[in-house]
Amino acid sequence: MDKRFADLANEGRPALVTYFMGGDPDFETSLAIMKSLPLAGSDVIELGMPFSDPMADGPAIQLAGQRALKAGQTLEKTLELARRFRADDKDTPIVLMGYYNPIYIYGVDRFIENALEAGIDGLIVVDLPPEMDDELCIPALAKGLNFIRLATPTTDDKRLPKVLENTSGFVYYVSMNGITGSALPDPSLIGGAVQRIKTHTTLPVCVGFGVKTAEHARAIGASADGVVVGTAIVNQIASSLTEDGQSTGATVPGVEALVRGLSAGVRGSRLAAAE
Amino acid sequence: MNETPKLNSFKAGPDEDGRFGIFGGRFVAETLMPLILDLQNEWSKAKNDPAFQAELQHLNTHYTGRPSPLYFAERLTQELGGAKVYFKRDELNHTGSHKINNCLGQILLAKRMGKTRIIAETGAGQHGVASATVAARFGLPCVVYMGATDVERQAPNVFRMKLLGAEVKPVTAGHGTLKDAMNEALRDWVTNVDDTYYMIGTAAGPHPYPEMVRDFQSVIGHEVRDQMMAAEGRLPDMLIAAVGGGSNAIGLFHPFLDDDSVKIVGVEAGGKGLDGDEHCASLTAGSPGVLHGNRTYLLQDRDGQIKEGHSISAGLDYPGIGPEHSWLKDAGRVEYVPIMDHEALEAFQFLTRLEGIIPALEPSHALAEVMKRAPKMDKDQIIVMNLCGRGDKDIFTVGKLLGMGL
Repeated sequence: MDKRFADLANEGRPALVTYFMGGDPDFETSLAIMKSLPLAGSDVIELGMPFSDPMADGPAIQLAGQRALKAGQTLEKTLELARRFRADDKDTPIVLMGYYNPIYIYGVDRFIENALEAGIDGLIVVDLPPEMDDELCIPALAKGLNFIRLATPTTDDKRLPKVLENTSGFVYYVSMNGITGSALPDPSLIGGAVQRIKTHTTLPVCVGFGVKTAEHARAIGASADGVVVGTAIVNQIASSLTEDGQSTGATVPGVEALVRGLSAGVRGSRLAAAE
Repeated sequence: MNETPKLNSFKAGPDEDGRFGIFGGRFVAETLMPLILDLQNEWSKAKNDPAFQAELQHLNTHYTGRPSPLYFAERLTQELGGAKVYFKRDELNHTGSHKINNCLGQILLAKRMGKTRIIAETGAGQHGVASATVAARFGLPCVVYMGATDVERQAPNVFRMKLLGAEVKPVTAGHGTLKDAMNEALRDWVTNVDDTYYMIGTAAGPHPYPEMVRDFQSVIGHEVRDQMMAAEGRLPDMLIAAVGGGSNAIGLFHPFLDDDSVKIVGVEAGGKGLDGDEHCASLTAGSPGVLHGNRTYLLQDRDGQIKEGHSISAGLDYPGIGPEHSWLKDAGRVEYVPIMDHEALEAFQFLTRLEGIIPALEPSHALAEVMKRAPKMDKDQIIVMNLCGRGDKDIFTVGKLLGMGL
């Protein structure tokens, strides 16, 4: 993951980080979506682990999780998804994103071991703040698995060092106080926030929550090291499904087209900023 | 509240990280973390501030009507033919349940913190009504999240909340019960951290809520101690209370945890039986997991997905439990048992006819356990049961189940 961000920095452009829910709408389609992401221009993949009670997510990702669970997705299968993807793609970093309970029930040590075997590069666990680092963060870092932390507008300068202390890979700046899929705030405010975080860390700072279009991606990418897009992709998948939630011929191509557009946005962002 | 616990005390928890043994903690999104630390800070100042305590006590006395009576249920005792049964009459409180004890304490804290908007989750609607009540009393807007199923089965409380000026937001996710309402309240909170105070209704959630709600509810147990000494000159032999999230129970239990002679029993919703998924007995039939900010016993599947559960009583219809109860179970200090829907329904009718008290369906579960235990005990033994809510809100549900049109 560090190499990927270093390469992009040399290239002079921010990373496009794409999120999708593992197992939505079913395992095989989800694998096809995952494989399509790097081909369409995604630099880092966030693989969502479905949870019955996603308390930081908006309706789109809640529904995606429900579709995945209904189709039989489990943490075991999400790791299998990563393993199958890795068979063809050795380079694109994969970050697992979700909530703690399924990991806790799976068993922390077994999870870390199996995640590394499956080719996972990092973890984002929404409900594990630094105060809970002993649970998963410290054991994961010890085994070489990145632990990516969320920083938010409520994370002030006094708290930032604590949040960054055991963070690796990149810092995920949540652009607003709220749930996934809300409206994007003023990009100029985000630029300031990114600069504020950068005075505390040398890690890349990626920005997410509310980035939906290539325009957004371009605007955010002007100041951030990476742009995270989640809900827009999940919505694109949802809109392609049949009424009973089955995938159609439009599901994978729809995601590909969206990500291509976002990728163009990200690639144009530094040019736009320079103008 | 401020007494120094003994060494090896059951009252020592939580530690500074909010842990009761392995249970409790602060499993929340980063957005909420600074706010929770603020709350903890404000709470530790407030609990040792005589002015705060005096204001709370004044409201408890003159607004809620505390102390609530400790009532000797003479006819019930005769009928059961064993231990003397006393009821702690928290159903006589203003708003009809113990929930007001906690809401008054929390709204004073919200005021201290300069918050201008109150949100709450509710199951049976008792906490929603209490939240709407204190919000009206202090002139703050209030939004109550309530599962759509519960909105339907607790219609009288929904109307009360609206009369009190609160906005009731039905939540359709999941089964539309308390768990889903709590998810939605957390989403609201994460979005409106700056001005909003989240008034959690039970002794669960991230630290400091379990401790704080327990301390506000412990007024119940402290009063029982004094009242029992006055009535009988000794402590009771047994305490029995219903547990959903567990706030009325921990409020009664906590002041007695270090009294070895007092046996303590918590009653969970056994629903339609523990064989299938139609119950909410998280302590009896669940396993430790992490949900809604704390580690505690949960109803969950092998993949760590939370189950929905079922109970006749909306207030007990929650697949988790306050973390201190989880710890007390594992420590062996409190015994937790399930009571089925039909047993609670029988107890509800029994008490109504025998004592002229219509209990809520939640304490009807505790009563069903009293009815099992009292006959097997000696006549000089004493049980105190927390009659934590009145049943007016449940008459439509019960009417339907008994086949009576209203």
